[in-house]
Formats: sequence, C-alpha cells, structure tokens
Amino acid sequence: MATPEEIRRIGKIACDLRTDVIKMIGVGKVGHIGGSCSLAEIAAALYFSKMRFDPKNYTDRDRDRFLLSKGHTVPIQYAALIELGVIPREDITGLKTLKGKLQGHPDMKTPGMEAVTGSLGQGLSIGVGMALALRYAKSPSHVYVVMGDGEIAEGQIWEAAMAASRYKLDSLTGIVDRNHFQATGATKDIFDIPNLEDKWRSFGWNVISVDGHNVGAVLDALDTAKAFKGQPTVLIAETVKGKGISFAENTSAFHNASLTQAQYEQALAEIAEAKRNLQ
Amino acid sequence: MTAVNLRSAYGESLVRLGRKDWRVMALEADLGKSTQSVMFQAEFPDRYFQMGIAEQDMTSTAAGMALAGMLPFVHSFAIFATGRAYDQLRNSICVPNLNVRICGSSAGLSDFGDGKTHQSVEDMALMRAIPHMSVICPADSIECEKMMECLLDWEGPVYIRINRNDLPFITPQDEPYHIGKVTQLREGKHVAIFAIGIMVSIALEAAKALETEGISTRVINVSTLKPLDRDAIVRYAEGVDAIVTAEEHSLVGGLGSAVVEALRSVRHAPVEFVGVQDTFGISAEGYDGLMARYGLTSAAVAETAKALLKRK
Repeated sequence: MATPEEIRRIGKIACDLRTDVIKMIGVGKVGHIGGSCSLAEIAAALYFSKMRFDPKNYTDRDRDRFLLSKGHTVPIQYAALIELGVIPREDITGLKTLKGKLQGHPDMKTPGMEAVTGSLGQGLSIGVGMALALRYAKSPSHVYVVMGDGEIAEGQIWEAAMAASRYKLDSLTGIVDRNHFQATGATKDIFDIPNLEDKWRSFGWNVISVDGHNVGAVLDALDTAKAFKGQPTVLIAETVKGKGISFAENTSAFHNASLTQAQYEQALAEIAEAKRNLQ
Repeated sequence: MTAVNLRSAYGESLVRLGRKDWRVMALEADLGKSTQSVMFQAEFPDRYFQMGIAEQDMTSTAAGMALAGMLPFVHSFAIFATGRAYDQLRNSICVPNLNVRICGSSAGLSDFGDGKTHQSVEDMALMRAIPHMSVICPADSIECEKMMECLLDWEGPVYIRINRNDLPFITPQDEPYHIGKVTQLREGKHVAIFAIGIMVSIALEAAKALETEGISTRVINVSTLKPLDRDAIVRYAEGVDAIVTAEEHSLVGGLGSAVVEALRSVRHAPVEFVGVQDTFGISAEGYDGLMARYGLTSAAVAETAKALLKRK
C-alpha cells in the first residue's frame, strides 16, 4: 500500500507534468492536450515511483521501459523526462518546430525515448519484443506499454496480446488509458469495445481495473501487476480526457487543439489550484 | 557444401550466424517450412519465436528485440513481409534505423502455384523507397551465404529477397563479398545486361546466345539494389551500344528504375527493361512456364538487346 506521503508526492508531480504539457503546447499552437492530461498520474507513478529508471543513466540495459504506444500524447512523456532532467528544460519551447528538439511523436533522437511509436497499434508489439529479448538476456527489466482506448481498435494490438500471452510475458504490463474519447468523438460511438476487461482476460491476460487519477490505486495496481507471475497484466485505467482543465475534460474538442491566451492562463491556474489542494 | 536451393542455403546460413552470435533471433509467421527458418528452430529453440499468422505484430516485435540489443531475422513470404507489414517496417524499424533483417522468402514468381496473392512483383520497389532500408537479393546460394555473413555487422535494416528454387552456381566461390558490391560476371563490349536474383543466370545464358551472333555482352550482377553503387553502374554502362536490365519484379520501381536513376546525369546508351509488366502474377504448374509467360527468359533478354541495337 502506498503511503499518504508517497501519494501526495506523486499527485503533485502529476500536476507539474500537466503544467509542463500546457507550457509545451503554449498559446495558438495545436497539441495533444486531452490524452496527455489523462495520463498525468500514471506517468508520474511510473517515472517517479515504480520504474527502475536512473535519469543519470537512462540508457542502462536493465532499466524499466516506458513505451507510449499512443505516441501522439508524447508531451506527457516529455514532461516527465524534463522533470527528471533527461531532456533539458529549455527544450520545452521547441515542441514541433524546425529548430526545436521535441518531435510531434516519439523519436529515438530525443533522450529517454524507447521506440518510434505513433503509427497507432504498434507499441504493444514492440514491448513484447523488448520483453522477450530482455528475458532471454536475463535482464530484470520490466516493460510498460501505454495504449489509448481508441487505439485498441487497431488489430495489431490483439495480435500482440496473443503473443504476450503465448510467451507468458509477466515482465510486460499494458496500460489502457480509457479516457473514452478519440480524435473525432466518443470512443463508444466510433468502435465501442464493450466488456473490455473480459476481452483482455480472454486473450490470456491478468486484468486490473483502476481509477487512473487515484494515485494510491495506480501505485498499488502497478505493484500488483509486477508481482503477478505467469501471465502479462493489463491495467484498464479509467481516466478523464483533458483531466485537470475544466473546459477540456470529457470532450474530443481538445484531443488535438490550440489554446487561446485566456484558456492557457485558466488551464495553468486550475492545475496550480489542484496542486495547492494536495498540500 | 553449399545447397543448390536458395532457401535451404538461407536456412543453413542463418544457423551458422546463430552459432557465431548469440544476439541472432528468428521470428516466423507459421511459414517456417517454406522459409526454412525451421533449421534455426531445431538448433536454437530458445531464440526462435513462432509469432503466429500475425505479420504486423511479428515485425514490430522484431523492432523491440533490436531496441533491446538483439539481431532479429523476420521471416515470411516476400509479399507479406513487405506488404502486410509495410507500416510496421517503415515506422517501427526504418525510422529508428534498427538492426532488423527481413527475409522475404518465396519472392518474385517463385511461389508459382499459389498465384497472384502470394507472388511478389513489387516488393523491391516498396523496400527501396523507405529511407535507411538496404535491399539485397542473391543470384545464387554461394552469394547468399556471403551476404548472410555480412548481416551480422551491417548497420541498419536490411531486406533480403529469397527465391524458393534451385539456382545454378554462377558467382565466384572465393571472391570476397561486401554489401553494395556490383560484380561483372562476364565481359563484353556491345551490350551491358544489369540483372538481379534469378535473372543473373538467365542473363548469362542470354549473353552466351548473343555471342554466337557476334554480339559481345557483359553481365553485371546488381545483388545490392540499395545502397546502389552508382559509380559501378555508370562504369559498367560505359562504352556499350545497348543496356538491358533484367529482374523478376515489376518494371515499376525495381532494378530498371534504379539503373536509370543511377545513369540519369551521364550520357549512356539506350536502356530497355526486362521484367514483369505492371500486372499481378498467376498460378502455374511450374516455375519455368510462369517465367516464360511474363517474358523472363534468356531468349527474351537476348531479343530485347538485339532490338535495342537495331534502333541505333
């Protein structure tokens, strides 16, 4: 069980990550706000608590891997790596610019990136390959793959689910960021996937349902996932698209959108307020 | 003893690589008996991964293995390895320039019975278009074995195109090999034939036939389609009156296109392509008959050369 201090610490970091995402995207420039903000607690829990990840030695063979299969929400991963000092903080202003270093999707030239993802549906397969190779090399590394609930309409995800199950990859944890919205609308109106937990279970996975914004629950679920042997585990994380920014919550309007100056200031103020409430 | 059959030579070579380097892994999509990756499975069961009938997953899985420091060899029929998993090859593997080897087996028309869905006439064009990807295709088993040895150290992704049939030995046994090498197998002064894969031996037959008619023909084996040794193409194209390219592949985007791209800024003799017209394959009872249907014969190569010479 995560301690109250740990829960508070990670909760505050999640707020910092959201702040970085908003600053990274800025005013008048289009960016993936909604799906970045829904992941803040999960990213904070992994990078700042649960993953074996030394920012000073971030290419260490035995590090745990964070793969963002839903690569368009890479601002949240950049934010974590900026807070850890892996990506220099001054790069925060260069997102998706010719002079800047931060690409629109994960790119191996950026420090701390583990794979090229963003063509949706490929990250879980890459994670399977990493986990198979690392197990063969007798590495203790654990591989985390974050998927979107819209993304899992891609058939390749389910191919990878079968492979992970067939190879009993208990060093692999999948996380579905179930924020219920994708680029053009509600996921249930596009490809509804009812009984999602049952689907993963029937593919041979251990399934944990968790509130993706409840830091204590996320931390505990990650512990349970890692301890589970003989099968891969998937966390079905119930989240809110655009979490923490009232006007961006539960809508696809801010899936990939720009902020006005007033919206930008409101977003930063709301996140700061949420962080103050954690004191 | 080198196997005459190209896919057998491939399978045996892969086993040798596995013995030399523990990083070598093999992935298969339920076609191991056809691709001959089963040889690797027999010796290295813990480095052999049956990935089911799921080529897209297999391809991205190989990316993950390479990112974790391994040297994965992905196997399927050429059409599925390149077409079904194109986006995975491009984005998971080629964008980050990973050391993944893609074996496109039963390439070209060599899977003669299975027909157009299984025959690959556009795989080289697809693979050649992706940045970082290298494209190689051996002319015989001797060259295949040497190519495979090079794949341990080559940086970046490689597509290796493998025919499923017996091919005559035509490349020199003792000559050193490196990826990128373009080799003249026969000298000649009137015609230059640039060929790849099975068409190299067919081009040599054509050259012999042309010789009896007083037409001296050089034959050049372009077994590395990419990175193409442009200087070598220009050099071997010099001084002749006709240039023919020959490939078991569509005329769109393959060897012919690559040779003309290489010659684009120099004066050169007229060029004609021998290959599959812009069309799909068809089922046939045998390989030779299928090759003949698409004009991939020594007679067709010789006729093409003569027609070019007449145009002078």
